[in-house]
Amino acid sequence: MQGIGAFALITLTVMLRKRSVAREVMHPRIRQETTRSGVALLPMFIFVSLALGFLVIGQTVAALAKLGATAYLGTTMVIVIVRELGPLLAAMLVLARVGTAQVIELGTARALGEVEALEALGIDPVHYMIVPRVIGMSLGVFSLTVYLIIGSLASGYLWAFLEKVPLTPGDYFNQIVNALNWLDFVLLALKTMAFGFFIAIVTCYHGLAQPLRLDEVARVAVRAVTQGVLLCVLVDAIFIVLYQAT
Amino acid sequence: MSEKPQGGVIEMADVSVVAMRDSTTLMLEHVNWSVAPGEFWVIGGLQQSGKTDLLMTTAGLLLPVEGSYRLFGYETRLFEEAELAIRLRLGFVFDGGNLFNHLTIAENVALPLRYHKNLTPEKAAPIVEGLLELLELMPLAGVTPANMAAGWRQRVALARALILKPEVLLLDNPLGGLAGRHWEWWMQFLEQLRRGHDWFGSTPMTIVASTEDLRHWRGGQRQFALLRDKQFVTVGSWNEVEISADPLVKELLAIPAGATV
Repeated sequence: MQGIGAFALITLTVMLRKRSVAREVMHPRIRQETTRSGVALLPMFIFVSLALGFLVIGQTVAALAKLGATAYLGTTMVIVIVRELGPLLAAMLVLARVGTAQVIELGTARALGEVEALEALGIDPVHYMIVPRVIGMSLGVFSLTVYLIIGSLASGYLWAFLEKVPLTPGDYFNQIVNALNWLDFVLLALKTMAFGFFIAIVTCYHGLAQPLRLDEVARVAVRAVTQGVLLCVLVDAIFIVLYQAT
Repeated sequence: MSEKPQGGVIEMADVSVVAMRDSTTLMLEHVNWSVAPGEFWVIGGLQQSGKTDLLMTTAGLLLPVEGSYRLFGYETRLFEEAELAIRLRLGFVFDGGNLFNHLTIAENVALPLRYHKNLTPEKAAPIVEGLLELLELMPLAGVTPANMAAGWRQRVALARALILKPEVLLLDNPLGGLAGRHWEWWMQFLEQLRRGHDWFGSTPMTIVASTEDLRHWRGGQRQFALLRDKQFVTVGSWNEVEISADPLVKELLAIPAGATV
């Protein structure tokens, strides 16, 4: 874990110090990684957001209707989806879909000597290989979470409508707006960016930071994904404490 | 980094070299080696004798644990960002090429140029194509490294090392496993570089190559050295290699023990 922390600091330093180095190479790289960790996952996220809305509303409608508390439907959605499930689920999906591929890709590159090749050419491997991935994943998790939340809230209403819950779209929308405050937006942005950042760091660290042989790549990939899940849960816990404190 | 430019391009005094894989394993001790501009050195050694580690140290990719190493007259430890300009005066060709597998051949060769000069692919294209033409690699421009024969990968790595027009070229076992027509081409091309090729401003290039087979490097104005028992041993010119009674020289020349040259 200490190694990952140091690696995160190095990456941040390089990101800031070399922000104007080789723009013609780096900007296309950042676009490429953002597409990979964000845009390319959009179809899957549309499907998941529909499912998530159905699932949460389906369960809560039954429970709330018994108590005659369907007026809290919007509030429940905000607590469950906006604050917790949305960001964490988005992070897990990006970790599974992109993070895993990334460790294997970087691990193979490392084992085949591409890192030494970059160094020999005077190209900083952290700058060329890691910075675009960190930026791409942070933006990816953030924007995918936003889409996931919007999709789930919409599909949630659809489910409630089909269940014949007496709730107009206007009321539902008002419930949601009332349950949200400005801090939700700030913390959501911070939290999802942190998820993306740490997923990228942990996968890049295991794939790239240490010398690696080809036969170690699979083992390292498993370790990176496990640590990725743990780190995301840890970040989430820190943010719960933050919510409580404010 | 102190600035005391001296005559030699590479000046090693009492340098100790460690292994790339494991920095606690000492590969070479007390290396005293001086390379003048325009010289062509061939370093022979068996597997695990430290050829790659010596070249890596020469390139500044590995830290010499002891002694003093000057490159272009500058005392170097591990290259820092400030020394980038010096590093770019040196090209390195890895054993096997170490190409970027997700990039095409043209992109591989273009990357150092685009990164250091901040060029768009369109602006870099004419320079890259010129070099690929020169190395007869144009038909492979759009291919990725995994889809080409191993013999060509080494040549792509040469193109990638040459795109920034270095003054010193380090080649790690460049002829290893190459078919006859390939090494014929390599010998001719390296000889052109040593004399000074138009494309590189006609200045003679300083070349250091490592090898496990001295036969390919017969003749020419080359200097020979051996790596044996953690020592760097200077042999001299080809004539001295031929008359040497050293068993290692004979092994690297693939002469059976007991036979005469």
